[in-house]
Amino acid sequence: MAASDTRDEVALARNLIAGEPGAFDRFVEVFRSKIFHYAQTVCGRREDAEEVAQDTLLKVFSNFGQLREPERVKAWVFRIARNECLMRRRKSVFAPTQELSLDDFLPHQDQDDGRRLEIADWSALPDDQALRGELRETVQAAIQKLPEIYRAVMTLRDIEELSTEETADVLEISVEAVKTRLHRARLSVRQKLEEYMKGARAGGRL
Amino acid sequence: MGTGKHEKGKCRDVFALLSEYLDRELTPQTCAEIEAHLAGCPPCIEFLNSLKRTVRLCHDCEGGEKPRPLTSEQRDKLMAAYRTYLSSNRA
Repeated sequence: MAASDTRDEVALARNLIAGEPGAFDRFVEVFRSKIFHYAQTVCGRREDAEEVAQDTLLKVFSNFGQLREPERVKAWVFRIARNECLMRRRKSVFAPTQELSLDDFLPHQDQDDGRRLEIADWSALPDDQALRGELRETVQAAIQKLPEIYRAVMTLRDIEELSTEETADVLEISVEAVKTRLHRARLSVRQKLEEYMKGARAGGRL
Repeated sequence: MGTGKHEKGKCRDVFALLSEYLDRELTPQTCAEIEAHLAGCPPCIEFLNSLKRTVRLCHDCEGGEKPRPLTSEQRDKLMAAYRTYLSSNRA
């Protein structure tokens, strides 16, 4: 799915360059939604996210001639979006970033007596296709609660499926930092899902 | 790591690399070491599977809330920028 999505986006960029009929509206429809989602995840406010989407698209069209490789259109657009988000940083975002430690997510499994891990039964989760209601809200809330530096990485890597290198390029951080932050973000969301499942099971909902 | 059994300290080493393992960003040698450990450590396999599921669930969260529809004024501004690009591109 991800690979064909990427191909679609590259095709959109090529059609736009060629001035194909309908390319403009299709490009706006696809990318406006993506930029809005990224900006809302990073900035938090709907109004800011809509502004970021509009201003980013305006810069995208004004500077489209600078896109040398249509294959990299998504990373290029997100880099512009990221700068637009930075320009709207609110005071609260400047608060020191809370670092997530790997040890906070390490299950108590290295016990000398070899006692089994207390991991919830994940097979009880509804099928991904049926991801609805509480579960979806739990995932979204868990992502939203991540400190910003982790949230941005997770949005680009796991939701937009940019590569590690592209994400590093967009966020202007090292490849190693992308890997570290992504792993901790995933562990944090996993932990929240585990708590949700334990609660849902205790309440008889799973 | 890589002794093929549940061993104090080894699980933590594997735990630190699970995302890179899922993303196929490790060297073949490190992958083989992780797989050797996983083969003898059901809790680590269980944890890996739950992490894999988490990644899929996060991906499925794409496209939750939508922006309000584009106004005609917003569209006109974007279209004007695109037309300027097209004309300079063709010049």
